[in-house]
Amino acid sequence: MAEPFRSFTSKVVPLHAENVDTDQVVPARYLKITDKAGLAEVLFRDWRFNEDGTLKDPPFVLDQPGMAGRNFLLVGDNFGTGSSREHAPWALQAWGIRAVISTGFADIFRGNALKNGVVPVVVDPATHARLFTMIDANPDAELTFDLAEQGILLPDGTTIDFDIDPFAKLMLIRGTDEMGYLLDKLPAIEAWESAHPGRVDTRPEAAATG
Amino acid sequence: MSGDRSFPPRTLVEKIWDAHVVAEDPGAPTILAVDLHLVHEVTSPQAFTGLRQRGLTVRHPERTVATADHSVPTTPRGLPFLDPMAAAQVQQLDTNCREFGIPLHGIGDPSQGIVHVIGPQLGLTQPGMTIVCGDSHTSTHGAFGALAFGIGTSEVEMVLATQTLLQRRPMTYEVRVDGTLAPGVGAKDIILALIARIGVAGGTGHVFEYRGEAIRALTMEQRMTICNMSIEGGARAGLIAPDETTFAYLKGRPHAPQGAAWDEAVAYWRTLPTDEGATYDKSIVIDASALEPMVTYGTNPGMGIPISGRVPDPAAAGDPAHGRALEKALAYMDLTPGQAILGQAVDVVFIGSCTNGRISDLRLAAAALKGQHVADTVRMMIVPGSDEVKREAEAEGLDEIFRAAGAEWREAGCSMCIAMNGDQLKPGQYAVSTSNRNFEGRQGKGGRTFLASPLTAAASAIAGVVADPRLLPGIEAASGIGGR
Repeated sequence: MAEPFRSFTSKVVPLHAENVDTDQVVPARYLKITDKAGLAEVLFRDWRFNEDGTLKDPPFVLDQPGMAGRNFLLVGDNFGTGSSREHAPWALQAWGIRAVISTGFADIFRGNALKNGVVPVVVDPATHARLFTMIDANPDAELTFDLAEQGILLPDGTTIDFDIDPFAKLMLIRGTDEMGYLLDKLPAIEAWESAHPGRVDTRPEAAATG
Repeated sequence: MSGDRSFPPRTLVEKIWDAHVVAEDPGAPTILAVDLHLVHEVTSPQAFTGLRQRGLTVRHPERTVATADHSVPTTPRGLPFLDPMAAAQVQQLDTNCREFGIPLHGIGDPSQGIVHVIGPQLGLTQPGMTIVCGDSHTSTHGAFGALAFGIGTSEVEMVLATQTLLQRRPMTYEVRVDGTLAPGVGAKDIILALIARIGVAGGTGHVFEYRGEAIRALTMEQRMTICNMSIEGGARAGLIAPDETTFAYLKGRPHAPQGAAWDEAVAYWRTLPTDEGATYDKSIVIDASALEPMVTYGTNPGMGIPISGRVPDPAAAGDPAHGRALEKALAYMDLTPGQAILGQAVDVVFIGSCTNGRISDLRLAAAALKGQHVADTVRMMIVPGSDEVKREAEAEGLDEIFRAAGAEWREAGCSMCIAMNGDQLKPGQYAVSTSNRNFEGRQGKGGRTFLASPLTAAASAIAGVVADPRLLPGIEAASGIGGR
């Protein structure tokens, strides 16, 4: 079960790329696992490593000095596009990312991230540009993330407000998940089902023959 | 029958949504009932582990169906898996389905195949249903007028346990395609043209509804090609209202309603199309008559151009971030701004996937390849979308045409679309592929993908370079090759 999501202060990993697809976040050949082990090591694998397993030169941003342990990822528009693989937020979370700041996120990624303690934060293009300028000028700037207040405090004392689905926020703050909520609703689900019979039967014996 | 009088005019999506609302707490997302849950080996193991940890069972195994497609080799079925992790993953699916009582069409089952090919084939995919799968190309099933979308593994676990999902109501996006397609231009070109116009984030937060004269003229398999790539336009789902074409496809399929139940179902399905006067949050119109065959040049499916076009210049991109992205894409693809895409050398041609791995796709490829030979410099792989598609193609002698042309005819699976199973490009190789994604490394680390239609792929295989299918001999006749 997840831990309650608390405020944090961290430096930022800046990634100047837009439309980053989940095939880049976790390449498909690493999806053959049946658990969640080892995903931090394969995060952005093909942007970090050469064919022979050595780091790229210059290194990808995650491997630059001082980046390990940072909790913010600042990235270009439409992050998480493509495949529905939840391995993407699992890997981000395992590496230490707790909030991703962008001008937009792909729908499936957004939902998956929120279920794994990785908060997608949408900012307007002007704020986004201002953040990149600030981090490029001062790569060690520290930001404070406050989920309850829905704000990110910048070193200059200003705050960036952000929106979050109120239900997802509640789940994060309580450290609970949607499964618990749905299981509590089983009586309503049972009532609905008794009024709405199944539309299809997948069992082979239910198939028409001939 | 213009719909229920207690509602204002509604769109197709809204009607399906309203019919599946189980409950809604203030401030919370809707609890949406799921009619059909499709499961495959890659995105499900952690969900089954979650069920065990919580001591839960699968609420409706008889509304759930599984197959192995992503990790499976496409070499002859008698051969062992070369990859022990892939073998273990497929074995785990088998174990999970047995333990939780879920029907499985695994390796060796005559209905095995890509999950989005077998659902429709078995008649499990039906109009008006909600369908989910831990796979973004679940949008394929929207071709039947079903609300079908990809979900993550946490959601897979929730659907297994409760047969419901928590969802916010999506916005609607009308995609009207008017006019008539020219010979050599097909469904794949429509969807690539749409994504090139609106971009890969164009449909974010929305569900597409494809309508208009050009859509109505398509077969079910062509409609599936279009709906399949809705996700590449940023929309989680894309639907087409059911009509006579839909009913004709479904009638008599193994899991379709039979007898009186069929008549009842069709009567209901006829109430689903969008009501006169219903409105969409967004709309776009595309003129099919003006379309050329499309091909992508970059590293996302929005980077597409008409086949006679030229690779764009990053310097001409209005926005600096777009310019940088384009520059990066062209560097990865090793293409020059302003160069023609026609004539670009290719190493591999792949025909298959949930986008274009159905029998009608193979018939088109066969029409182009009959009596021709794949260029000496090209490896051509043809991978049927399912075991049934494979049998059908072989019954029609298509496999003989492919082999005679020098192409490889393989077993069913996702194969080189996602390159998890050993079928992959080598670094630096160029492929014309009928699949859905041209992301960096998608078809093998360092591989470079040009997305295109089956006809463009076949024409390019013969020429050894990206080639215009409109110049194929007998293209008028080939374009008339139908299917369902």
